[in-house]
Amino acid sequence: MTVEPMAEPRDHFEATIAADQRIEPRDWMPEGYRKTMVRQIAQHAHSEIIGMQPEGNWITRAPSLRRKAILLAKVQDEAGHGLYLYSAAETLGVDRSDLVEKLITGRQKYSSIFNYPTLSFADVGVIGWLVDGAAICNQVPLCRSSYGPYARAMIRICKEESFHQRQGYELLMTMMSGTQAQRDMVQDATNRWWWPSLMMFGPPDEESPNTAQSMAWKIKRHTNDELRQRFVDMTVPQADKLGVTLPDPDLRWNAERGHYDFGAVDWSEFKRVIAGDGPCNAERIAHRRRAHEDGAWVRAAASAHAAKRAERVKEAAR
Amino acid sequence: MTQKDGWPLYEVFVRGKRGLNHVHVGSLHAADDDMAVRHARDLYTRRNEGVSIWVVRSAHITASSPDEKDPFFAPSGDKVYRHPTFYDIPDDVPHM
Repeated sequence: MTVEPMAEPRDHFEATIAADQRIEPRDWMPEGYRKTMVRQIAQHAHSEIIGMQPEGNWITRAPSLRRKAILLAKVQDEAGHGLYLYSAAETLGVDRSDLVEKLITGRQKYSSIFNYPTLSFADVGVIGWLVDGAAICNQVPLCRSSYGPYARAMIRICKEESFHQRQGYELLMTMMSGTQAQRDMVQDATNRWWWPSLMMFGPPDEESPNTAQSMAWKIKRHTNDELRQRFVDMTVPQADKLGVTLPDPDLRWNAERGHYDFGAVDWSEFKRVIAGDGPCNAERIAHRRRAHEDGAWVRAAASAHAAKRAERVKEAAR
Repeated sequence: MTQKDGWPLYEVFVRGKRGLNHVHVGSLHAADDDMAVRHARDLYTRRNEGVSIWVVRSAHITASSPDEKDPFFAPSGDKVYRHPTFYDIPDDVPHM
């Protein structure tokens, strides 16, 4: 079904959303919609880029060539995801170098999860299992987001995330069939990442003031609490199969609701980490800024090379 | 659009396999055309998604109009007789 052209651009926008059609870059859209999309896509892109660091730390120390190749491919994917998303953000009229600038000066946020350290190689597995698992929960509905370029980027990303989650779970299964020390590492990493993973879905619905508008615009398809519940329900049987305990004494099946009940998330920790006071916030941004500055000469050299070649082509044409 | 650091934006088109059209997959920045093709390979074909890549500077694309809904496409709207379903043919006529 296509939406008939309407005299008022706002009517056309509303009708397009109502018909579950996608908004495309050159369509008229309310300023609030554009701003929300830019903020969400940029924040998502930044998360992918910063998300390379916690696991990137383990590439040189991976225990085998197989694990190293997998980890390298995964971190490369995170870079790719960041670039798909910056490219989607640019369709809304923002400049990519502005977004990078806003990230490294701390004016735009990224997911709080990447401010936690990776203390052992088991963390690589747990990040794939829990952090990428939570990301998939969040991202699958975004493949139907109302903004076309974002939805299309999410489709590509979701296809690739599945590898991320599976390699993590497989890594953990391997460790769980190893020594007691290895099993302890997996349990320790699970203990540290479980609660921050639940925080990835954002504040509870009653404290998420933008949710209603984002749902009306079909930018978001489910509330934070709905997605969090879905993640818990998915993950508990995976933890059982793996043989680890999720660090929540209140976690139990509720037959009446048909869902797992779980304990209260420490939202004061979430707020603290978002505000910049997590274990690794300063380190993550400093590292990203250093990488950007250290790469300046490469960008300058590439530009000079391109200019020289363009000049040669011009000369040859004379 | 050219970024502040001077690297223009390119649109990327990938042919998934022989026999298919090139399809738009996204965009990227590069210093020149060669770099754009290499970056496109690294960014959009990490899992054998393509056998051929086209890149074109976004600034070189001419598009129909600022939005996707305007009367530009009206001329085809009322010509239902261009579709095979417009014609009533009895069901028992074979191979039609």
